[in-house]
Amino acid sequence: MNGLRNLVDKIKPTFEKGGKLGFLHSTFDAFETFLFVPNTVTKRGTHVRDCVDLKRVMIMVVLALVPAMLFGIWNTGYQHNLAFGLNWGFTDIVLYGLAKVLPLYVVAYLVGLAIEFVSAQIQGHEVNEGYLVSGMLIPLIVPVDVPLWMLAIAVAFAVIIGKEVFGGTGMNIWNPALLTRAFLFFSYPSKMSGDTVWTGGVARFMEEGVAYQCGNGLVDGFSGATPLANPTLANLEPKFLDMVIGTIPGSVGETSVIAILLGAILLIWTGVASWKIMASSVLGGLAIGYLGYALGATDLPGYYQLVMGGFLFGTVFMATDPVTSAQTECGKWIYGFLVGALAVTVRLWNPGYPEGMMLAILLMNTFAPLIDHYVIEASIKRRAKKVKIA
Amino acid sequence: MSNNIYLKKGLDLPISGEAAQSTKKVIVPDVVAVKPTDFRGLVPKLLVREGDKVLAGTPVLADKMSQNILFASPVSGTVAEVVRGEKRKLLEVRIKADAEQEYVDFGVKNVADLSAEQIKEALLAAGLWPAINQRPYGIIANPEVKPKAIFVSAFSTAPLAANAEYALAEDYEHIQTAIDALGKLTDGGVHLSLNSANYSGTPFHKLANVIQHTFTGKHPVGNVGVQISNISPIRKGETVWTVSLVMLAAIGKLFNTGKYDLRRKIAVTGPKAIDPAYVVGYPGIAVKDVAEFYNASENLRFVSGDVLSGTNIGAEGFLGFFDNQISILEEGDKYELLGWAKPVRCSQFSASRTYFSWLTPKKKYDMDTNLHGGPRAFVLNNIYSDVLPMDIFPVHLLKACLAGDIDNMEKFGIYEVLEEDLALCEYVDPSKIYIQQIITDGIALMLKEMC
Repeated sequence: MNGLRNLVDKIKPTFEKGGKLGFLHSTFDAFETFLFVPNTVTKRGTHVRDCVDLKRVMIMVVLALVPAMLFGIWNTGYQHNLAFGLNWGFTDIVLYGLAKVLPLYVVAYLVGLAIEFVSAQIQGHEVNEGYLVSGMLIPLIVPVDVPLWMLAIAVAFAVIIGKEVFGGTGMNIWNPALLTRAFLFFSYPSKMSGDTVWTGGVARFMEEGVAYQCGNGLVDGFSGATPLANPTLANLEPKFLDMVIGTIPGSVGETSVIAILLGAILLIWTGVASWKIMASSVLGGLAIGYLGYALGATDLPGYYQLVMGGFLFGTVFMATDPVTSAQTECGKWIYGFLVGALAVTVRLWNPGYPEGMMLAILLMNTFAPLIDHYVIEASIKRRAKKVKIA
Repeated sequence: MSNNIYLKKGLDLPISGEAAQSTKKVIVPDVVAVKPTDFRGLVPKLLVREGDKVLAGTPVLADKMSQNILFASPVSGTVAEVVRGEKRKLLEVRIKADAEQEYVDFGVKNVADLSAEQIKEALLAAGLWPAINQRPYGIIANPEVKPKAIFVSAFSTAPLAANAEYALAEDYEHIQTAIDALGKLTDGGVHLSLNSANYSGTPFHKLANVIQHTFTGKHPVGNVGVQISNISPIRKGETVWTVSLVMLAAIGKLFNTGKYDLRRKIAVTGPKAIDPAYVVGYPGIAVKDVAEFYNASENLRFVSGDVLSGTNIGAEGFLGFFDNQISILEEGDKYELLGWAKPVRCSQFSASRTYFSWLTPKKKYDMDTNLHGGPRAFVLNNIYSDVLPMDIFPVHLLKACLAGDIDNMEKFGIYEVLEEDLALCEYVDPSKIYIQQIITDGIALMLKEMC
């Protein structure tokens, strides 16, 4: 440990202002603080500090995403295996999944972190940890076959326009990971919707007649459709268990209810994400789901809405982003409820979009400050009244 | 006990080094300092010169804005040095104490016979007026106003704070006298807040002429600001006064003995205090006077007050006017390899469940002054109100202060808070923001714009 510290101390002057590589100051600092908790002491105010910092908080979210990521890697291979009738074993399935998902991670982190480092350098800040989470999320919410260059452009857009122009992590209005997805969704719709994009290798097979492993064609009866493409009871009732386990086509990490719930338990237990938002979003989804069921907009009971598509993933990992969600406790209930309700509303009554979670969260991100404003106004009025009585 | 107020939010900091309830020594003061920096916004006027003889109670400073507010020497002796800082700002008046203490005789007075005006005059003349704190803003009380009420907290929940029952055991009579006197300065009465956990164990529940409240909860429930906020929040245009028990004892002694006697039991505490215990001393005593409590070869921080909202005075510093606690802790200027990434960090406390210190609720920690991270923007938003039992929105208040937006600062409760009330928010903050400094700057802006 001392040897490592000595090495860091030795090369540190090179990266400080005036040093040869002074322009990499923020980058060096990011790596140094990654390795070592810095030796800064409190200067004003409280003399002692809690040992928790944002790195710890963010790493908790990353950990919470690990089950969904691992399952996503396996499921990518599994769906490919099913589509082409390959009869692969576990190893082949995982290797294929890794081959498809790892590049998404490499691109998401390389592009995003590069922009973070450069902008930290320009603004003279320390590099923020926020992108560790965004970079973990992005590959999990895109179709596995999305072209890497598109992903790179989308990440750059989301980080620069969605975050850095507002001042970086903590200042952004919209969730950067969702913004990446929205950019892809509206710029390259053919790669983001339809029945062929959700299973690895299928899109390429349709275009070029080749897949990752040549020789086999698509099996008879392959549909590749997600449950949202044909949300009827007749279609989904036999698949309900698959939808809970996650062995269905979909974006990389959002299919498994079980994996997502594991993450949710960690997030709620550590208090990093708000259980109020999660609970109220589920309530909102159920409410509109059952309303639609009662009105005849769908023949699916309301709880199906929770296990389909990105609803749960969005509820647990994206709606709860502490920066872009509502900040007041009462506001969180309203915000979460509307996220869930809007998402299901779009599913049931908008024929153009089969899924509404992404847009529901982005819309509510936009309105979160407004919700907070009215919650606070109400609280202040209530207090003024209380004082008058007293 | 009928109107007990139960506050759920808060955090008792598990820091080691609580003072044992014994008095280790009586300090014979050598050099003591009168520090105008103990009072917010004070522009001092120097009344003495180096070499002047003073008695305990002789005024050495006055408030330039209202010159009848005086600040007295706590000891008799000779003015040794006037210490100035940048732009000749007056920092300290150092007084070399005599071996024998002599007091100015202000005359024994029977409080029952005095009018409000006479009480004010007595306090002003003896230099005890600055003992009264005025809210909003936590400034020296304005003698011209009649406050809505006067609030006293009879217990402290601050980390390692001096035990009121032990430290003030002999001052019960004086405190009663002071309450009788101050009660005449307001129509709203003197509100005394007691800890429900120790209600029958404390003699203070027998104090008469007070309006009693009891509180249950964790720190900062003992802060008078938190108590006011839950009894009767301060509105725009209202003024309340607060006085600590230590200061009440001094006020009572003035009337009962005719002396300006600020002697008090001081708790010497903290992880790096050797055999932490109490000493008897004066405000303004030097850290060196408690040299046997620490190892001078270590890199230590000396705090006048508690570790959350006290002042860093350094090894050469002097105890503050209001404080009866010195906290000694280690400067944490060390690197820690992969600290944030370790699954468990046994030797460090975190209120957050991302670590495992919740598994050992009884454990005390040797805390140091390391920041444990780098400064960031506000990210988490629910953690601050979890440790602030007041009906305000801390993040919104802080952002209004940062923006210098006076309308919103008013709306979000700047009148109700002082730095100490938000100290725990600063402690738990993973973004490592200097929250108390933001409040200080916000209050300074309000004082500049509104007064």
